[in-house]
Amino acid sequence: MVTRRDFLKLSGAAAGTAALAATGAVASSGSTSKLDPARVGVLTDLTLCIGCRRCEWACAQQNQLPYGPLESCDDQSLLANARRPDAEHYTVINRYPAPTWREQPLDVKVQCMHCEHPACVSACIVGALEKNPMGPVTYDPWKCIGCRYCMVACPFQIPAYEYHNALTPKVMKCTMCPERTLEKQQLPACAEICPREAILFGRRDELLELAHERLSQHPDRYHPEVYGEHEVGGTSWLLIADRPVTECGIPELSDQSPAALTETIQHGIFRGFSGPLMIFGLLSVLMKSSTDRRRREDWDGEDQRDGEDKHG
Amino acid sequence: MGSHQRVDGNVAWETSGPTGGGTPPSHAGHHERAVPMFGHSSVPFFTPGVIAVAAVAAAGLAVLVVRLVAGLGAVTNLDDQYPWGIWIGIDVATGVALAAGGFTTAFIAHVLHHEKYHVLVRPALLTAMLGYTFVALGVCVDLGRYYNIWHVLMPSMWQGNSALFEVGMCVCCYLTVLYIEFLPIVVERFRGRVNLPGAMAGLNGFVETMLRIMDNTLGKVMNFFIIMGVVLSCAHQSSLGTLMVIAPSKLHPLWHTSILPLQFLLSAFAVGLAMVVFESMLASRSLKRPFEMPVLSPFARLIPFLLTIYFAAKLIDMANRGTWQYLQEFNLRSVSWSIEVLFGVLVPIAILLSHKLRRRPGWLFSAAAMVVLGVALNRINVFIIGYTAPFADKPYVPAWTEVLLTAGFIALLVLIYRLFIFLFPVLPEEEGASHA
Repeated sequence: MVTRRDFLKLSGAAAGTAALAATGAVASSGSTSKLDPARVGVLTDLTLCIGCRRCEWACAQQNQLPYGPLESCDDQSLLANARRPDAEHYTVINRYPAPTWREQPLDVKVQCMHCEHPACVSACIVGALEKNPMGPVTYDPWKCIGCRYCMVACPFQIPAYEYHNALTPKVMKCTMCPERTLEKQQLPACAEICPREAILFGRRDELLELAHERLSQHPDRYHPEVYGEHEVGGTSWLLIADRPVTECGIPELSDQSPAALTETIQHGIFRGFSGPLMIFGLLSVLMKSSTDRRRREDWDGEDQRDGEDKHG
Repeated sequence: MGSHQRVDGNVAWETSGPTGGGTPPSHAGHHERAVPMFGHSSVPFFTPGVIAVAAVAAAGLAVLVVRLVAGLGAVTNLDDQYPWGIWIGIDVATGVALAAGGFTTAFIAHVLHHEKYHVLVRPALLTAMLGYTFVALGVCVDLGRYYNIWHVLMPSMWQGNSALFEVGMCVCCYLTVLYIEFLPIVVERFRGRVNLPGAMAGLNGFVETMLRIMDNTLGKVMNFFIIMGVVLSCAHQSSLGTLMVIAPSKLHPLWHTSILPLQFLLSAFAVGLAMVVFESMLASRSLKRPFEMPVLSPFARLIPFLLTIYFAAKLIDMANRGTWQYLQEFNLRSVSWSIEVLFGVLVPIAILLSHKLRRRPGWLFSAAAMVVLGVALNRINVFIIGYTAPFADKPYVPAWTEVLLTAGFIALLVLIYRLFIFLFPVLPEEEGASHA
């Protein structure tokens, strides 16, 4: 049996089929079965990123978030601060120093990974967060009740919250620009502005193919792994770099979606209400039989003894 | 006593339910009738202690006002790393656990028919009803868009994959069941005594009729609601544990396990009983009544067995996953785990297994309090202390305003509890208890 990775290497042309197979493989663990085989994604080639932070600016413009003028991106000092996306920044770039003098520092773009089987979507109590079959994880503030369980669930610590908005706080995170990509055939704002084509938008299966192509053509330039291919059941956003990105602010995670386990537990207990119904039946029988027995005898002897003792 | 349906601190359905026949409650030697404390207690409603509690409640409500006007950010230390603080960890998670006395006592007294423990049913029911009411309030305070809470009930937005959805639905249903279970006590209090003031006096006859109809029907359906309450409780007590299973990379391995729901359920059984004992003794002290030792001691006998099962589930799981290694480290988490297990589980097991200690009020109270605090610490560990954001730059420490609101809610709950036992027949008449 070939693994999915080998399969992709063997047959680039059949990438679409591979995506289908991959979908089938995760579908057994939950709600990913709705995913479209032609779904989109983004590939960040971090070896090309120069830390110009223009993607941060374009993202802010697209999502009406506060940001300085384009020139403010030229301030490179912020890169060293290991910033996190927050309620005013859907994406940030951080710079990680080179491990040796012969190498380059690595600039890492951080944003929502748009998981294939997202824990936040599984956690959301009202379905305000949804996985669009075409790729993006979307958020509907009008459904949201503001419980912030999505933030607890997200293994990447991405969703941020407008804690200082008293009336209509929102969960804030990268949207993958579905209003541009899915509706107008445009690139996501960050990909469009990137001067180095480090942010590539396209079908996820084709991006995965492209990523593996780069890895195999330039083994000297890349760490041989596509982050997001398998992590947490796969993500729509993929990363390649010259070193393990897990050394540069991207969490090391298992290949199973955190939601797979909880969904198994939830559905195991509550499928067809069989669990609760069984307890209900058991208790009814118990109640009836204990009433009958109570009528015949007093089986509380031990209580009696304990109770009759003199107490301090 | 007007009718023997109301004796023994029982609820009115006792003898008119489908089990039928009527069982004169003569087995355990406890015939106390539940009475409102107004007119039956020498202690006044307001004492210096009660006024102090009221002051804390008022301060908490002041924080609530600021939260509503200025938002969560103004009164909490919550941030993107730590989206849940003590309002979830204590007000909600711990609140649900400590309100477990309602269904555990109902199970013992009504499903297993241990008549002797019927005196404990009403106080436990009241605790559960008020406890869950405050859990719901606590959730609303913490929700960013509290006014959307009704979305959870809309079938178009149901989200069956979410453990939180399951918790929300069950708590909502269970709260309704608790109010229905409490109705007979209200009926008992007012039936035949309806005397509305002023212009509403014309409705007296109508209200009286309603009460009579309720009195007659409630008994026939109450067994259904009692069992329903137990089922709903088992469901959401466990799902509360499932909540944090979704964060394997954030919750410390000392607590993160796929059997967290089972552990939550087992600890809820134990802490439910401990809470009944704890609270009964606190109420007796406050009302200057003798402790109900003849009932509480044998009742507490069950706690060490439940705790042992819980401890076994913790231990086996720990051995299974090899998480012993984390106890060799010395840090906040290993210490907190040790306190939780040592003082919240092992010491109370030792105390309560002793026939002698169990019957000494001081020991019994200490053991019950330890179980209560131990399970509370477990919930705090799971939701707060054991939770680390992967990119945390600072730990979560609750703001003083968060603490004040939590304290204020607890104070308010205590006040309303007191008000209810003064207004409604919840506690047994004192003469009965005096032979303890």
